[in-house]
Amino acid sequence: MDFNFIPLAFGQLLEPQTIGYALAALGLTVHFGFTGLLNFGQAGFMAVGGYFFAITTVKFGWPLWAALLACIVGAVIFALILGIPTLRLRADYLSIVTIAAAEIIRYTVKTPDISPLTGGSDGINGSSDGFYALDPLPDISYGFGVLRYTNDGLWIRIVGWLVVILAALLVRQLMRSPWGRIVKGIREDEDAVRSLGKNVTWYKMQSLILGGIMGAIATVIVIIPTSLQPDNYGTQTTFFLYTIILLGGATTVLGPIVGSIIFWVVLQLTDGILTLLVTNHLLPITSIQQGPIRFILVGIALMLLVIFRPQGIFGNKREAHFSA
Amino acid sequence: MPKAESASTPAVEQLQKGEPGPGVPKVDPILIAHGVKRTFGGMTAVDVEHVEIPRGKITALIGPNGAGKTTFFNLLTGFDKPDTGTWSLDGDSLAGVPAYKVSRRGMVRTFQLTKALSLLSVMENMRLGATGQSGERFFPALFKGSWRKREDEITAQALELLARFKLDTKKDDYAASLSGGQRKLLEMARALMSKPRLVMLDEPMAGVNPALTQSLLGHVLNLKNDGTTVLFVEHDMHMVQTIADWVIVMAEGRIVAEGYPATVMQDQAVIDAYLGAHHDTDLGSLTGQLEVAKDLDDSFLVDEIKSEIAEEEKPDGE
Repeated sequence: MDFNFIPLAFGQLLEPQTIGYALAALGLTVHFGFTGLLNFGQAGFMAVGGYFFAITTVKFGWPLWAALLACIVGAVIFALILGIPTLRLRADYLSIVTIAAAEIIRYTVKTPDISPLTGGSDGINGSSDGFYALDPLPDISYGFGVLRYTNDGLWIRIVGWLVVILAALLVRQLMRSPWGRIVKGIREDEDAVRSLGKNVTWYKMQSLILGGIMGAIATVIVIIPTSLQPDNYGTQTTFFLYTIILLGGATTVLGPIVGSIIFWVVLQLTDGILTLLVTNHLLPITSIQQGPIRFILVGIALMLLVIFRPQGIFGNKREAHFSA
Repeated sequence: MPKAESASTPAVEQLQKGEPGPGVPKVDPILIAHGVKRTFGGMTAVDVEHVEIPRGKITALIGPNGAGKTTFFNLLTGFDKPDTGTWSLDGDSLAGVPAYKVSRRGMVRTFQLTKALSLLSVMENMRLGATGQSGERFFPALFKGSWRKREDEITAQALELLARFKLDTKKDDYAASLSGGQRKLLEMARALMSKPRLVMLDEPMAGVNPALTQSLLGHVLNLKNDGTTVLFVEHDMHMVQTIADWVIVMAEGRIVAEGYPATVMQDQAVIDAYLGAHHDTDLGSLTGQLEVAKDLDDSFLVDEIKSEIAEEEKPDGE
């Protein structure tokens, strides 16, 4: 039997996908955990960021800094479009609008009419050149055992984690400040905060923009070593992000980061174990059925979490809440 | 409309100009509202022609359930928008001003259903009420040095208020762990953090045990002594009699009476509002029904009852 899947699963710790999900989940924590905004369209922010970055880089040939700026501007515009009509309304409406908006983005970019720009269903390849040009690492192979990385592969992993650490420090600093006190107050009862003279709608907008930018940059980290695929930003992505933040703790800074690592490592481990069992005919299922079963397990895990440990791994039980 | 006798006015400082009555102008008003109307579909919830709130006094807003007291509160504080109407605080128009700006201009409210921010500590609840904290803006928030000094001042102010409201021992607990009465106290203390000119308390005594009610009354009186104007909604007449300087009575969206607490409850309009206009009429007798029919201005009904009475008065057998 081949047990290589075990070190490979732990290699998820360094995968750009894990890093990207950690950052996007941190953004969603700012929305949901701290401000109480029920954003079900974080995948939409991720898609917008990815497309603004990839189109400006690949199609327009913009330099890296300009493309990153475009990515941030894209997230801000998306937040404004979503927020202006909905942030005055009750929390439920935001969730309806965001889930729809994220799907609109995904279907729009797949439209054949604009596929010269967006790449249609194939997405966009090759937005990594500008980033790899900055790689200072010598061109040798890094890592050990089955985990081997090229110099470019290691470069994106290092920069990715640095971005996550910086974002985490930023969120931590904000949530310990009077600004954080107001957004947490809004999570509890926005009318009370309004009665104390705070412009609640504007704070919700700031929170939506901040978390949205994190989601947008997360996609840049994910697509640099791979490519931008529209179907990676469906509702499933948002639900993975919710699983991650509930796993780690929705009202903590460390929760979404560690949650992302655990989520991807465990998903990879179960896949490896299932493959092992299926190929050795120890389970009465086919390898086609094996894929969906992983996600059934994710669903069950999410339900068990919410029922038995709503505060997640790092959360303070008293601060756990699902009333948003 | 019958007015309270001026002869029975207690020997206290006169607050109004002229006879007490709905919409009477005040000697020194802090809040003046005019023509405030709010309808929900076909129902008129609030229709206040004119009202003035005296400065530095405790004014009680009373009235039966559904009289529109809370709706009127919501309109004045910007939590709801009226169909028509103007109102001003110290001459500054507040019509159409969003709720958060109303609060910043010195008119802070509390809620009937207490809104303690459950998963923030008592101290954080208090700090949230403060004004002038630059760290509440996004970029300054990142630099603790820029807001630490103000934060210390706010904390000191909050501690002082918490001590006054006997919540200082609870300052690090989540607000969720407080009892219902303590949450009322916290909400009131939090509203005072911004040193408002006018405090609007929506049923501060609702669901509070008698012992705590006494302490709440004391705090409201203290507010007056500090020069803050208080407007509060209340059901309990005994409480209103104890602390209010002026009473405004609402019924069916309108202000039906105004006056000093000792006299306003004898006003016929107030008795009608609370007990119904015909509470002492015997509707079992035809004469009683005739009275009501006349009141309703229904000539057909009046004629019908009159003929029935004539029928009754005829001797039997004819």
